[in-house]
Amino acid sequence: MIALLKKKETYQHYIATLKFALYCITHPLDGFWDLTHEKRGSYAAANTILILTLLARVMKLRFTSFIFLNVYWEDLNIFLYIASVLFPLLLFVVGNWALTTLFDGKGRLGQVYMATCYALTPYPLMQFPLMIFSNFVTVDEAEFYSVLSAISLIWAALLIIAAMGQIHEFSMSKNLLFMVASLFAMLVIVFILLLFFSMISQGVAYFISLAREMLFRL
Amino acid sequence: MKNKMVKRISALVLSAFVLAGSPMAVCAMERSYTYNYDWWGDVQDSPDAYTVCGVYTSSDFGLDVNLKSPEGLYVSGNLVYICDTGNNRIVELERVSTEKFEVKRIIDSFKGDVENKTFSGPTDIAISEAGEFFIADKGNGRILKLDKDLNYIMQFDKPVDSTLDPAIGFLPNKIVIDTAGRVYCIATGINKGLIKYENDGVFSGFVGATKVAYDWMDYIWKKFATQEQRAQMESFVPTEYDNIYVDHEGFIYACAGSVEEDDLDNGTVDAIRKLNLMGNDILVRNGEWPVYGDLYWGEGGGYEGPSYFSDVTAFDNDIYVCLDRNRGRLFGYDDQGKMVFGFGGNGNLDGYFRKPIAIEHMGYDLMVLDSLDCSLTLFLPTEFGSLIYQAIDQFDDGDYDASGESWQKVMDLNGNYDLAYIGIGRSLLRQEKYREAMDYFELKYDAENYSKAYKQYRKEWVEEHIVAIVIIILALFLIPLSIGKVKEIKHEIDIADIFRT
Repeated sequence: MIALLKKKETYQHYIATLKFALYCITHPLDGFWDLTHEKRGSYAAANTILILTLLARVMKLRFTSFIFLNVYWEDLNIFLYIASVLFPLLLFVVGNWALTTLFDGKGRLGQVYMATCYALTPYPLMQFPLMIFSNFVTVDEAEFYSVLSAISLIWAALLIIAAMGQIHEFSMSKNLLFMVASLFAMLVIVFILLLFFSMISQGVAYFISLAREMLFRL
Repeated sequence: MKNKMVKRISALVLSAFVLAGSPMAVCAMERSYTYNYDWWGDVQDSPDAYTVCGVYTSSDFGLDVNLKSPEGLYVSGNLVYICDTGNNRIVELERVSTEKFEVKRIIDSFKGDVENKTFSGPTDIAISEAGEFFIADKGNGRILKLDKDLNYIMQFDKPVDSTLDPAIGFLPNKIVIDTAGRVYCIATGINKGLIKYENDGVFSGFVGATKVAYDWMDYIWKKFATQEQRAQMESFVPTEYDNIYVDHEGFIYACAGSVEEDDLDNGTVDAIRKLNLMGNDILVRNGEWPVYGDLYWGEGGGYEGPSYFSDVTAFDNDIYVCLDRNRGRLFGYDDQGKMVFGFGGNGNLDGYFRKPIAIEHMGYDLMVLDSLDCSLTLFLPTEFGSLIYQAIDQFDDGDYDASGESWQKVMDLNGNYDLAYIGIGRSLLRQEKYREAMDYFELKYDAENYSKAYKQYRKEWVEEHIVAIVIIILALFLIPLSIGKVKEIKHEIDIADIFRT
């Protein structure tokens, strides 16, 4: 591992795969096909993009002008805030993979993750400059910010759809169907998780009360 | 409005994603008597804007017969009129010194060519500029117009209007007189708005009916309901006003207390309206929070639901004070609809009420009539309250430097007072100190004013640095261009034939 880090090729490959994200967001169909099939993407780059996304999201809170975003710091939990990105991402990746793997989806779990992260690129790419830009506008010009901010999200969403189509080698209609199905899969996972945790907590509570009762009687 | 949207969205984002499970911290700490809401809607303790000068009961006035459920209060010059509804009389008091009232006369009958020369449950009194008395003689179903020596001039009867049910009686409850001598009246059971009489006594229509609030679900339900069910349901009728006040410019402040929580919440009805001559609502609502008193309606001390505004009074600087009958509180708002102060409560202590029914002002002093206690509470502004008024008055007079200084003093007394920051900012803005103004606005999230200041600051900055900006822009174009040119020339030299040997 250490030996790998010392090699120059490792960095060249990393930079190349990171740069490939820029190609992906402008040529989604071609880009996401090559991402896995031509092995032009890497997990390191995907993780970098994800970290940048999280960083953009957190830094936004502090550095966006108060005209657009006001944060009630007393109630802010930074870990939960970060989880608000990571948890849906995890749900989507697992839900999508679990579903598509049953229906001829060619993508593996790691590939779904990688493609989703690559598809998030427009978010940090646009939010960082927007964050700085927001400090130079007045309320009259607020529309620019709102529109550009919305574009970054819509762009990322469209990229995710395109990416899933290419990873799984789905046709357009099948892809859209499975995107919707993935959302339901996410809901199902959330439901099962809630059920699971509530069952566990009740089960634990049962044994605790049982033990209490015994201690009380003895 | 935009700001509101952004805030809503940001609040939504935060509440949706940040599942910060810190429930409202239970404060054992005692809240101060006076309070205010900050930008977030959190309660901020505040120094008192008003202190109780005295609570006056019948014996303090020296009345032989005690007051009995008084309902109306009117101030004219240094005279105070209390409608002693239960005793069918009106008590005229003179405020001889800051804290002393003397009974001037007791009005229980009048002279003139009319059968019934006494009152029956008078609920309100108003005095025109010429000194004529207008008395809402509720029990007798008439509004009396008397001259200053209490001679009968005329009376206003139930309006002749085909839309009114002839079976119901006429119960004039509250009246005001505008500068032209027109009479506006709220009558119990008439919800078409204010009854307006011309100065010759002719009924000329209803003005300022509240919007009818209904939602689609109710409407659809009603379509399918039977006659009996429909009768059981609430009907879509405008809310009746509870009280009115005519300000120094002739605009009418009208408050409607008996409003539904939901309607108030989604903004379909207003607790308080400012009506112009056409009966349109012209109240400015630029505050972060709606003008309806308390923001939190949960049960506390046995009282719940929104504030019930039973009366309102407006100073000459357009600050108006609403009286909440539900929690016995007074809420002051400035001309932009921002809360200036809120104080009071229910109880038996001085400065607390049992059933506050009417509020009036004399200068900046406030008087509140309690109908259950049969007492008059006199509030005097404290240093804090006076400084706020001083700062606002100075700003309105165009004395921005002095206004800024006054706001600074207010801020020294209360560092959590949003209006002080914005006031300092606005005065700095007028003094063209944009950079400093921006800081004050940013501290209290005033995006509108911040943008005004920032626009000017940005303009100044660009004008100052225009040379540098042009140079940088030119450099951005020229340097790559010249580099390209140099490379091109070099390349041409390299491949030029004459150097090849």
